[in-house]
Amino acid sequence: MALLEVNNLCRSFGGLRAVNNVSFRVNTGTIKAVIGPNGAGKTTLFNLIAGALKPDGGSILFNGRSIYGLPPFRVAAAGISRTFQNIKLFGNMTVAENIMVGRHTRSGSGFAASMLSLPRTRREEREIAERAAELARLFGIEDVLDAGAASLDFGRQRAVEFARALASEPQLLLLDEPAAGLNIYETNELAKRIVRIRDMGITILLIEHDMSLVMDISDEIAVLSYGEKIAEGPPCNVRNNPQVIAVYLGGDVAQD
Amino acid sequence: MQYLLSGITTGSIYAIVAIGFNIIYNTTGIINFAQGEFLMLGGMISISLCSVMPLPLAIALAVAVTAAVGYCIELLFVRWIHNPTVLRMVVMTIGISILIREIALHVWDEKVRSLPYFTGNEVTSVSILGARISPQILWVLGTCALIVVLLNLFYGRTLLGKAMRACSANRMAASLCGINAGRMVTVSFMLSAAIGALAGCVISPMTQTQYDCGTSLAIKGFTAAIFGGLGSSSGAVIAGLLIGVIEAVSISVLPLAYKDAVTLTLLLLILVVRPSGLFGSREAGALKEF
Amino acid sequence: MKRFVAIGALAAAVIALHLLFAAAGAEYLLVQLTMAAYYALVVIGLCLLMGYAGQISLGHAAFFALGGYTAAVLSTNSFTQLMGAPALERLVHWGLVTAGTDAYGAAAHQVPVWLSLPLAVAAAAAVALVIGIPVLKLKGHYLAMATLGFGTILYRIFLGTRLFGEADGISSVRPCALLPGLTIGGDTALRTQNYYFAWALVLLAMVLSLNIVSSRAGRALRSIHGSEEAAAAMGVNTARYKLYVFILSAVFAAVGGFFMTHFNGGIGPAEAGIMKSVRYVAIVAVGGMANLWGSLLIGVLLNFLSLRGIFGSYDDAVFGALLVFIMALAPDGILRREFLHRIMRVRIRWPFSK
Ligand SMILES: Nc1ncnc2c1ncn2[C@@H]1O[C@H](COP(=O)(O)OP(=O)(O)OP(=O)(O)O)[C@@H](O)[C@H]1O
Ligand SMILES: [Mg+2]
Repeated sequence: MALLEVNNLCRSFGGLRAVNNVSFRVNTGTIKAVIGPNGAGKTTLFNLIAGALKPDGGSILFNGRSIYGLPPFRVAAAGISRTFQNIKLFGNMTVAENIMVGRHTRSGSGFAASMLSLPRTRREEREIAERAAELARLFGIEDVLDAGAASLDFGRQRAVEFARALASEPQLLLLDEPAAGLNIYETNELAKRIVRIRDMGITILLIEHDMSLVMDISDEIAVLSYGEKIAEGPPCNVRNNPQVIAVYLGGDVAQD
Repeated sequence: MQYLLSGITTGSIYAIVAIGFNIIYNTTGIINFAQGEFLMLGGMISISLCSVMPLPLAIALAVAVTAAVGYCIELLFVRWIHNPTVLRMVVMTIGISILIREIALHVWDEKVRSLPYFTGNEVTSVSILGARISPQILWVLGTCALIVVLLNLFYGRTLLGKAMRACSANRMAASLCGINAGRMVTVSFMLSAAIGALAGCVISPMTQTQYDCGTSLAIKGFTAAIFGGLGSSSGAVIAGLLIGVIEAVSISVLPLAYKDAVTLTLLLLILVVRPSGLFGSREAGALKEF
Repeated sequence: MKRFVAIGALAAAVIALHLLFAAAGAEYLLVQLTMAAYYALVVIGLCLLMGYAGQISLGHAAFFALGGYTAAVLSTNSFTQLMGAPALERLVHWGLVTAGTDAYGAAAHQVPVWLSLPLAVAAAAAVALVIGIPVLKLKGHYLAMATLGFGTILYRIFLGTRLFGEADGISSVRPCALLPGLTIGGDTALRTQNYYFAWALVLLAMVLSLNIVSSRAGRALRSIHGSEEAAAAMGVNTARYKLYVFILSAVFAAVGGFFMTHFNGGIGPAEAGIMKSVRYVAIVAVGGMANLWGSLLIGVLLNFLSLRGIFGSYDDAVFGALLVFIMALAPDGILRREFLHRIMRVRIRWPFSK
């Protein structure tokens, strides 16, 4: 069954068609990768799904319900969580607090309840903190829980962002170039982690430039070029698709 | 007609203040909340000096001194702060404006002063198109027009002006081309202070100068800058004149006390409805052309 | 736990200052401390808004003045003139208004405090709501200018309207009897109870604010400061949280203005002026932005000194200089954040330390 179904999605910036009539589906419990050259519209596609950008047309169904044009916080509440290509941590907060913000949709104390510090709120607060600590252990960052998020090295910042996205226990996780800037060792760790998360039952949609990572872990791949989807299928098929090869090796090959 | 004329006169001053905002905003991305104080300083200094020297010399010296103040601000508070947050610069330039104002208060006290009329006096008037107007209005309009023309020439023709435009378009690329971006910031502060001071001098005979007259000018000027699209000088001129006229007309229907409230309501409306301004298109907003 | 220790310490300090001044025969100093406490309410709210949620407001004095003018109008003959005799009679009949005379013997009706205080709070909340919805969408310079503009508009309205006494403001505001044995007013005999009442309000505001910042709502607010985009992606309804904290801070300010006006017996338009708003911003900045204790401490200290007239004619200059130098040299404030934060972070941390 398709968890996410995108149909004829469009978005232009001025005259530039960044995402042009893109359709695809992501099946529950799979890892799907979106690849394509720089500027192909991959991040724009994520922003459209996550609600950070308003689409110009098309439809987006999540669990059979439309999330088209919803504001980001509603998309998050529906069960989609994301990371950013250029890490966006809360630099004014600690690692623990960053991850705890990730629990926002999974907790309910409102402004007034927080202000009065009701017993229910305090209990919930403890649960959130415990959950954050657990996640930090999963990502090997439990030793920096009280450090400022901005003070960490790049690899750990990515880990914090990942943990934060996971804290909401999403049904669908959008990862925008999670391996960018990581060394080989860290990338291998990441691959294992992504697979483990998939095995936990979380569906993953992933943008990545690291081909070996993509080919290793994804169940299916969609290829974007100049805003259009030019190929889709399991890794072995996509790898041998002449159009994909053309896009990656240069425009001229396509004509031959 | 009378409203229109007085509106255009004050409006042209708002336009100059708005251009002053733009000059600094374009090179640094900072909104200098102390912009209005430059006008006050120009007026005050020239008033003090003109008792000991001829008027033109006093004005020239006042402009030079204010430009030096602009230089000092840049030197002391802007140059060495790298990647400041917007909040920090807003708060800091507000602090600077308060300091300048308080220093002015202690140097000149709180009396209202004014320069003598440049030609004739309060009652002299010339007749243009059937309306009798004070020659000072012509001075104001002429000076503002001259400032706009000279600035356009400066940015369009001189090497320094072109370098400044390059800086505002892309600071990084400009420095790679060998332009000293830091110096451009200095120049922009001095330039902005100088034209502010000049505007402060020419309106002084009509609107008078007091230590705290800068704040309201700054707010009006900012409204004009936003209205015209932040960073656009032709937009600033048109918006400035428009605001001047709206204000003049509002006086005829509402009590004088609400004059500022009218302009500010306009500011809020613009900010909320169309923050890119009257002429700035949303997408070209990034492309800052003087 | 340590949060309660800190609150307890503050309460103890309040009592200690009273005893100290009483022993030194300088009880008149309690007057300025009472006023400083009312100003501190504005500072606490602004600290939540600016320090934690990262939204600057250069118009917060307007909310203080709004509370103050509501108190003033509803308890002086401005109200008598505003309503006209027939309407007043009916209101008196329903028990919503008490009749009386002011200090000059003119008829002056007074709305009882159980009604006027909610009205002041509602007025501030309503204005904050109406202004906040559009304005809080703005960022950076635009937000700064918009709040400055809003503050100036209210200032001009207070300054230019007959009902609000124009440049003179409203004086001869009568004390308000809050509870049996507790009257808010400037009478010397009332000095001590007013002092404790004002500080009880500050303590309450501090407890509420500390609760917020160390909970889910507080994290949401700070996440907006850190990255609005990421906060929204984590499910935080950023617009709503910004609005909530804006309204809360407006209400704090209005409550401060309300009681200050009864305490002082009057209010003038200067309370709504830009310089006042800038002063509150300066205090929060010096206090270390996201630092409630720091802002409270600096706020009480600076306002107390200022009210004592220590700065003389350099009053505004001092605040201007503070702004410039703090922002230039120590944008995180002069108090070591880490040190004071330890008090607040404790609750978040203790589950791990088990
Ligand atoms: N906010 C925006 N305004 C204008 N143009 C944009 C905007 N965001 C993206 N674009 C343009 O849309 C196109 C697609 O950008 P996008 O970031 O989606 O590419 P991408 O596939 O993620 O590339 P990369 O691999 O480099 O991350 C690019 O040409 C980009 O310049
Ligand atoms: Mg991208």
